[in-house]
Amino acid sequence: MKRIYLDYAASTPLYPEVVEAMKPFYSEIYGNPSSIHQFGQEAKKAIESAREKLAELLSCSPEEIVFTSSGTEADNLALEGIAYAKKNKGNHIITTKIEHHAVLHCLKFLGGQGFEVTHLDVNKDGFVNPEDIRSAIKPSTILVSAMHANNEIGTIQPIKEISKITKEKGVAFHTDAVQTVGHIETNVTKLGVDMLALSAHKLYGPKGIGALYIRKGTKIIPLIHGGAQERGRRASTENVPGIVGLGVAAKIAKDKMQEFAITQTELKNMLIDGILSKIKESSINGSRNDRLPNNVNVSIKYIEGESMLLNLDMEGIAAGTGSACSSGSLDPSHVLMAIGLKHELAHGSLRFSLGRLTTKKDIEYVLEKLPQIVNKLRAMSPLYKGEK
Amino acid sequence: MASPYSTKVMDHFMHPRNVGEMENPDGTGHVGNPTCGDIMEMYIKVKDNVITDAKFKTFGCGAAIATSSMATEMIKGKTIDEALAVTNKAVAEALGGLPAVKMHCSVLAEEALQSAIDDYLKKTTGKGLPGFKPHDDIHEEVHGN
Repeated sequence: MKRIYLDYAASTPLYPEVVEAMKPFYSEIYGNPSSIHQFGQEAKKAIESAREKLAELLSCSPEEIVFTSSGTEADNLALEGIAYAKKNKGNHIITTKIEHHAVLHCLKFLGGQGFEVTHLDVNKDGFVNPEDIRSAIKPSTILVSAMHANNEIGTIQPIKEISKITKEKGVAFHTDAVQTVGHIETNVTKLGVDMLALSAHKLYGPKGIGALYIRKGTKIIPLIHGGAQERGRRASTENVPGIVGLGVAAKIAKDKMQEFAITQTELKNMLIDGILSKIKESSINGSRNDRLPNNVNVSIKYIEGESMLLNLDMEGIAAGTGSACSSGSLDPSHVLMAIGLKHELAHGSLRFSLGRLTTKKDIEYVLEKLPQIVNKLRAMSPLYKGEK
Repeated sequence: MASPYSTKVMDHFMHPRNVGEMENPDGTGHVGNPTCGDIMEMYIKVKDNVITDAKFKTFGCGAAIATSSMATEMIKGKTIDEALAVTNKAVAEALGGLPAVKMHCSVLAEEALQSAIDDYLKKTTGKGLPGFKPHDDIHEEVHGN
């Protein structure tokens, strides 16, 4: 059967070059990078070369990068790292209601440790108002965390405007850029952030490796204690194959990002326009303009997301949903609720995320199958009373 | 194909039995609400205390649709008392099991059936099903707080 993968925001297929580059580090170059013999130094050299490649993608210096096991760990390191480093200065942290769980649940933990967390509202398109951040800052504020682009609805936050405020107020600023690194420009100087978290498997690199950019001069307390790896900021023997893979993925991203963004934006618009015109009572979630080039998120009235996903899967199409039913939790997506969607529309959401292998034919196939699935499910929905 | 559901669940989900509304049903059950993501409507026809036909409409996930379909299959031809003995566990078992996080969906199918019988008894005897709880109570019980 034809299989179409439209869940690139969940994970991506590795570039063949990434796989090739990683291979020797599983068998031939296996030394511990902390060892001073040749075996170790070869591995060490590979790590530093990967760090340089990633630094180029972020426009920072290599020593400002700490490799971690994931985007989640990078977010945790940033938040807990700053919180504990600055706890004598203050205990107040500001974030938004639509952050990834890697941020929200980490802040929930910090909330239980004596830190005070303010969750700011977003508007119907998912934007936080930078002026709300300014008003929320008080003398005890030590950190602002706002994601670069939302993983569900693709809305890109006004990071530059926020960083102007945090700089002016002298508050550290962290951004979760897991969805943007390798997809849109993430120049840390232009963005003005102090910390930026990323994950390799969202940019055609391997799973199990992420990184945190930490601006020079920003003090953090490590999460993982042990050896002196990563300049004392993260102990444990490095995931050398993973780091090498991330480096190569970052290099390719730097060269190809713009080209991919143009193609994907075109296909994204084709899919959005197609769904809105072919399916009555469907609506787009998130900003239409300031949106990731590969993100489509729609709500389809009267039917539930998991049942759409299963039907799509039977047709070979892989997508995502914000419905509670697919997540194992009972609440629909906190992001869709925060942008003001009613429960049934949040349960009836679908996310298609496009990638480098997505073709026009794939989109045409989705636009052929999805309306049929919607009709079938609406016919059995007690909420649907026929076409309006 | 890999799926979190058994083959039987997928069969009832992709090809649900007894979908649709019923003209002049003898009993109508309505449970769930949009907040929890599952809504079920069940309609029954009863003749001489035997359920002769059953239909359903469901807004919900794969498990919700499959359990609705299976429940309507299981109660057809049964007396009211026999139908009341069809538990959510029995429906889930008949489907070859459900993932643990999806068991609450099968509770809703059981409640839809009880709600339809409650409605039927109210219409015919003036008294509803003893011990039957209206939906809002069920909701908390099923989904917790």
